[in-house]
Amino acid sequence: MSEHKAGSNLEKVLSAGHFAFTGECGPPQGANVPHLIEKANHLKGCVDAVNVTDNQTAVVRMSSWAASLILMEQGLEPNFQMVCRDRNRLAIQSDILGVYSMGIRNMLCLSGDHQSFGNHPESKNVFDIDSMQLIHTVKTMRDDGKFMNGSDVDVAPKLFIGAASNPFAEPFDFRVYRLAKKISAGADFIQTQCIYNMGKFREFMKRAVDMGLHEKCYILAGVTPMKSVGMALYMSKQVPGMDVPQSLIKRLRGAGTGNATEEGIKFALEQIEEFKEMEGIAGVHLMAIEWEHKVPEISERAGMLPRPIV
Amino acid sequence: MIVAESKPIKELLEMVKDFKKILVVGCKGCVTVCNVGGAKEVAILASTIRISGKKEGLDVVVGEHTLERQCDPEYINELKDVIGDYDAVISIACGVGPQFLSERYPDTRVFPGVNTKFMGGAVEHGVWSERCAGCGTCVVHNFGGLCPIARCSKSLLNGPCGGSSNGKCEISKDVDCVWDLIVTKMMEQDRLDELIEFQAPKNWTTARDGGPRKMIREELVK
Repeated sequence: MSEHKAGSNLEKVLSAGHFAFTGECGPPQGANVPHLIEKANHLKGCVDAVNVTDNQTAVVRMSSWAASLILMEQGLEPNFQMVCRDRNRLAIQSDILGVYSMGIRNMLCLSGDHQSFGNHPESKNVFDIDSMQLIHTVKTMRDDGKFMNGSDVDVAPKLFIGAASNPFAEPFDFRVYRLAKKISAGADFIQTQCIYNMGKFREFMKRAVDMGLHEKCYILAGVTPMKSVGMALYMSKQVPGMDVPQSLIKRLRGAGTGNATEEGIKFALEQIEEFKEMEGIAGVHLMAIEWEHKVPEISERAGMLPRPIV
Repeated sequence: MIVAESKPIKELLEMVKDFKKILVVGCKGCVTVCNVGGAKEVAILASTIRISGKKEGLDVVVGEHTLERQCDPEYINELKDVIGDYDAVISIACGVGPQFLSERYPDTRVFPGVNTKFMGGAVEHGVWSERCAGCGTCVVHNFGGLCPIARCSKSLLNGPCGGSSNGKCEISKDVDCVWDLIVTKMMEQDRLDELIEFQAPKNWTTARDGGPRKMIREELVK
């Protein structure tokens, strides 16, 4: 236990050298606890930790910390997500203390989608600090027992610090350096944006490995199975920073009516197989958005079950 | 300069519909340069209000006056002998103008005729772009001469975020990703090492977050 920074299940799985598998669960747009529990239970036993999103795409949902606690009550380990869009440094630090006090041990640090994407575009954003500074804040609170102002924290929050990386956003040449920057700032693990362009990702990982980044941090490759041709087209055109090659769209189309879903899953399974062998990749982050019920099947077919007990 | 745009004429007419004697006051500063609040625009707005009044069958008197600047009490004072002839004033200066007028002439109803947008400059004829957020501590030299506070949608100091695509910001294809510009320029200048340096959280006390700001230059105070 003492050799661990936070002692979360995810940290233990990774530090024991297992190929990690994390999932994702979006809180409800309301206080629909039964629905959240139902979605979360699909992930139970299939993944090592579940990301709980924080007002993702700037749409108001049940708070990430509250949904994380509900998942914990269900026996799932949350990876509490926090964005900088909605909180200043006072709220950020107090929420860090709050979630740790309630037993949360993983935290993913993000800047957050701009509010113009969501359902309250009239809102004022905060962005007092950015994701890099958030990572650094959690690390400083954890390792040095200091708040951002330098004063002492009375019992430091021991969190396993996560960060995101989008190898497909631009400028491409700088992306690996930004990843390095996040690791230097204090990230223990990285979850990447959904990967579809495997060629580009291989190149990104080659650069990361050449810089030795995989030895300083666990890198989990992001996978989101395509449910349909429509979804692929939407992702390719409407989602900023998403790189969906035409070859994948063609492949899904080629599968014929009614078969695109299965083809999408097959592609995801092929990706996972490659990630298992790819140098520098420590696991997979499966973002089955509003498709939680498919996670048991995907996990099984990907050979990820049973999950290690550590 | 401070960049502003005219309020919709319908909104303006609605604002002053209960007044019969209206003075339109322009400013020869920034708003003249960005073509919304100079003598020319004063004349256009005044005649629009007159025509509208006539259409409604109302006897509306509209005066015109353009001050050297509306952000200086010395020039605001110029109106002291005429302002009493009107029961409403429309200032088409930036947001400073109507406030200085209201402070100097407390009995007069003052209305803003423009929406003040940002501090920026003309990037081409008829196009203005934001450049400064007035944060009170300029750091553009650390970012290739470009300001991430004013020009990044998230004011990231350690960008670019994952939404940067084809040199554009995730919020709109019409908005340049300033971090794309910063990275490109810094790499061209062989300053990657500076770019990789962690930028600490900003001290916002010098920005609006520290409360309304005031600057005192002792040597200039009489």
